[in-house]
Amino acid sequence: MNVANAPLLSLVTFLPLVGVAFIAFLPRDAVQNARYIALWTTLVTFAVSLLIWINFDTTTANFQFVEERPWLGVFTYRVGVDGISMLFVILTTFLMPLCILASWESVETRVKEYMMAFLVMETLMVGVFCALDLVLFYLFFEASLIPMFIIIGVWGGPRRVYASFKFFLYTLLGSLLMLLAMMAMYWHAGTTNVITLLSTKFPAEMQWWLWLAFFASFAVKLPMWPVHTWLPDAHVEAPTAGSVILAAILLKMGGYGFLRFSVPMFPIASQELAPLVFALSVIAIIYTSLVALAQEDVKKLIAYSSVAHMGFVTMGIFTFTVQGIDGAIFQMLSHGIVSAALFLCVGVIYDRMHTREIAAYGGLVNRMPIYAFCFMVFTMANVGLPGTSGFIGEFLTLLAAFKTNTWVAFLATTSVVLSASYMLYLYRRVIFGALEKASLKAITDMTPREIIVMAPLVILTILFGFYPAPILDVTAASVKALVQNYEAAINTAAAALAR
Amino acid sequence: MYQAIVFLPLIGAIIAGFFGRAIGTRPTEILTTAFVGIAAVLSWIAFFQVGFGGEVVKVPVARWITSGELDASWAFRIDTLTVVMLVVVTTVSSLVHLYSIGYMHEDESRERFFSYLSLFTFAMLMLVTSDNLVQMFFGWEGVGLASYLLIGFWYTRPSASAAAIKAFVVNRVGDFGFALGIFGTFYVFQTVQLDAIFAAAPGFAGKSMEFLGYQVDILTVLCFLLFIGAMGKSAQFLLHTWLPDAMEGPTPVSALIHAATMVTAGVFMVARLSPMFEYAPTTLQFVTLIGAVTAFFAATVGLVQNDIKRVIAYSTCSQLGYMFVACGVGAYSAGIFHLFTHAFFKALLFLGAGSVIHAMHHEQDMRHMGGLANRIPITWAMMLIGTLALTGVGIPHLIGFAGFHSKDAIVEAAWAAGTPSNYAFWLLVIAALMTSFYSWRLFFMTFYGEPRWQHAHGHDDHHHEPHESPPVMLVPLFVLAVGAVASGFAFSKYFIGSGYAEFWGRALFTAPGNHILEEMHHVPLWVAWSATIAMLIGFGIAWLYYMSATWLPAATAQMFRPLYNFLLNAWYFDALYDRLFVRPAFWLGRLLWKGGDGAIIDGLGPDGVSARVLDTTARVIRLQTGYLYHYAFVMLIGVAIILTVFMFTGGQPL
Repeated sequence: MNVANAPLLSLVTFLPLVGVAFIAFLPRDAVQNARYIALWTTLVTFAVSLLIWINFDTTTANFQFVEERPWLGVFTYRVGVDGISMLFVILTTFLMPLCILASWESVETRVKEYMMAFLVMETLMVGVFCALDLVLFYLFFEASLIPMFIIIGVWGGPRRVYASFKFFLYTLLGSLLMLLAMMAMYWHAGTTNVITLLSTKFPAEMQWWLWLAFFASFAVKLPMWPVHTWLPDAHVEAPTAGSVILAAILLKMGGYGFLRFSVPMFPIASQELAPLVFALSVIAIIYTSLVALAQEDVKKLIAYSSVAHMGFVTMGIFTFTVQGIDGAIFQMLSHGIVSAALFLCVGVIYDRMHTREIAAYGGLVNRMPIYAFCFMVFTMANVGLPGTSGFIGEFLTLLAAFKTNTWVAFLATTSVVLSASYMLYLYRRVIFGALEKASLKAITDMTPREIIVMAPLVILTILFGFYPAPILDVTAASVKALVQNYEAAINTAAAALAR
Repeated sequence: MYQAIVFLPLIGAIIAGFFGRAIGTRPTEILTTAFVGIAAVLSWIAFFQVGFGGEVVKVPVARWITSGELDASWAFRIDTLTVVMLVVVTTVSSLVHLYSIGYMHEDESRERFFSYLSLFTFAMLMLVTSDNLVQMFFGWEGVGLASYLLIGFWYTRPSASAAAIKAFVVNRVGDFGFALGIFGTFYVFQTVQLDAIFAAAPGFAGKSMEFLGYQVDILTVLCFLLFIGAMGKSAQFLLHTWLPDAMEGPTPVSALIHAATMVTAGVFMVARLSPMFEYAPTTLQFVTLIGAVTAFFAATVGLVQNDIKRVIAYSTCSQLGYMFVACGVGAYSAGIFHLFTHAFFKALLFLGAGSVIHAMHHEQDMRHMGGLANRIPITWAMMLIGTLALTGVGIPHLIGFAGFHSKDAIVEAAWAAGTPSNYAFWLLVIAALMTSFYSWRLFFMTFYGEPRWQHAHGHDDHHHEPHESPPVMLVPLFVLAVGAVASGFAFSKYFIGSGYAEFWGRALFTAPGNHILEEMHHVPLWVAWSATIAMLIGFGIAWLYYMSATWLPAATAQMFRPLYNFLLNAWYFDALYDRLFVRPAFWLGRLLWKGGDGAIIDGLGPDGVSARVLDTTARVIRLQTGYLYHYAFVMLIGVAIILTVFMFTGGQPL
């Protein structure tokens, strides 16, 4: 059987649910079994997703592994991947086993339910990146929040009530508007098929409203300034693996949404509203970097740094250039690896000391040299040092921004100074110095299990820094097509205006 | 061969870093030193092949960043400029590796130290071999990382960690300019490959582009941005504050990174990009200005420092200023020549100072030294050679120590450049006087006068009797001393003399109208003698102050107390920047966090809404359990609406 014709995407999407079914039927005290089932399920899912990556044709911009079947009588179940979505699927399936491993000992209550929540989460996240139908996308996009609510609400910290309320309020508003926009699109085009919609020309007037409605949802999700304040609170309250998923994948749905819907479907509105996006991106980069400098909580600092890094993503996308969009996708993937790793790093010391206060630490390098090394790699990746994956996305987006608007590039580039300031200041307070605090005297270095979780992230951070071709090659064809279609649409509109 | 030169240090760094504990400290030290040593031997071979054989080599290595029309790949570009840098970097690095075996022998994490040293060497080699601007930036930031790690090597000291951050962040201010320069270059030239840029540069001379809302000359602004990067890395005036603090690192690090190699990267960059800078005369004037001011400024501060390493650090800063003046007036080869000779004698001085510090059990304050000449005679002799070379001792038109040949060439070039660069000539001559003064001051305070080390506070309970360093530390000094004596007259002919064209080939570019290299050889006699006379005056004053009338320094400081404090505090730049940038940044951060995020966004947004909707916390908690269901409910309603629409329309548009 030809691999390309097998329903691989559906397999990757729904395989985790098989694990859920197994765990559901376990006896209540079979905690260890639940862990192993979850681990194996995610590993097999990852293996299948690799099969897709291997068979992915990088020469075409078309959707691949497309599956279509009627569903509920009136809908069509339609999935497929192109160069833009492909690697987000891989990122998701790659991080899941690490999340399960990271939660191995730190989660002790309701382990069965916890593992089930994560597996359901995986199905929904993969679904978002594969869906090629508005209804299907909406379902996955919105439903993916439910397991996240549960994860923060049940296994979260003391202020989880407040955090999830904030999360709820923001996302609800955004998604309602997106839903209305989708209905309007259906009324106009008569289909919810994303492939068809991609070549549908919406009237310029309509594009504005549709763009703004989608923007409301994606901006909250990414998050962009000023709707970012839910993120630090959600991160602080979430358990470690929850933070990892939140930062590494849930945020990326916003950026992915811009690339899948806003830019290709509403090019005229995108062009006209790009200055708004630039302004918000630049504010996000500078504002949240400064706020990060003042943080006293490790997780909050990294959360704010995430907002700043997402500023590069939006800035890159709305330059509508190959470098900008390549850079934005790279930045999202790199941030998926690096922020995941940073949150895992916080988890390592939180599990030992049960505090996230920066002031409670200091001098860890004396007793935790391996940990100090890993943290250093990710710190440098987060400040965008060349030779780490963090550099390439920032570099490409800034390069593209300079072409579009020198002020944007100028202001955004200040991040090279600001990010170095807050990250190195954090590193100094946590890792360097003499180990003086009595509470830290007996702290131990990373366990073999923690090293196994961290090692792939260290390797990928450095590998993609030196050799980013595996990512850039996958995205190249689709990004080129996206840019060409955008330019064609803008030129047509301009010509129509001239006439 | 070139792969071996660049990657051997990397392999050494990886082995030392990850397997150092496993294979043992001594094997690690020998292995890393040997790897860099091999690279040094190969570099000298390359130096003669390329410099005197005229060979120019391009070595493709691997793909790196390709996106649209952007193609930045790993590759080596080997021409004369590269091999000069290769020789400097690998020679000093291998000697510093060797020296460190002795100097660091009491340290517990030597594997880490040698790993960092080799890592630095690798990054520096990537920088000097780069074939495109992005790879240069990689090396640029890579040496910054190594510098950060090595300054903060003794991480338990708060001052070392602080200095490390300062070095990285101040360098990043420079990199901010460098990065923008790269973006701009790509925007204009559509490539980051050096060859393509150089070929196209003349075509853009005099053309303008929009930058930050202004119409500006393309090459002027690009070179200006790139030069900001050079200012950071080479610790030039305004971005110099990190270099003195970097002395927190172990002394071999200061010799390698903060004297001989990394800090000269800025000079290398300007010389490498000479085909761009030559068409940006306004920027070149700025380069001259910054260089001259730095040479003068750092020398004034060096006059009054008491920490032996800080004196040499300010001296480095000042000498880098000389090199930039040379580039600024278009005499790139003179700048690189000074870079080359300076590497030998400044590394010699630093390692010599390290030997003194080692002898004094890690005491660095010269006020606690004195009378060491006959205690550590070999170190004394080496420091003497270094001092003679730095102050530029020699007979004009004849022969002299290394610094004499290169420094005098720069001073003469500054004069030959004519107006408006004459001020640079005068600043450099005055700086030469001060250089001579502080160098001899250092020498006299350390080696002569009453021994003041009975009350020194060394780092441990050793018997506080100064002792000469072991051979493993002295051998590198001997090698560097040879360079400090001979590298001037041996290579003068090729770097700046009659062998110029043949030696440099096409590695350095001078515009058709630039005749500075010719004119600098025809300056009036008094100009040729000016630096030497200044040097002699400086020596005389130092002798007077520290050998004959030893009450004078204290009296002078007392008399000019405000000026003395001004110089002692390095013109108060640290205090100024702290008030201007550091504190406001933290203040602004807190304001935006508590005020912006807290009071305004959350206050008007979610918190405000929740306060209106829900009166008490108790009700928030009670309702909380319902959020999930509310949410799911809303979502399902949405789906239901879509479904209904479908049903009514049968899948057809309305």
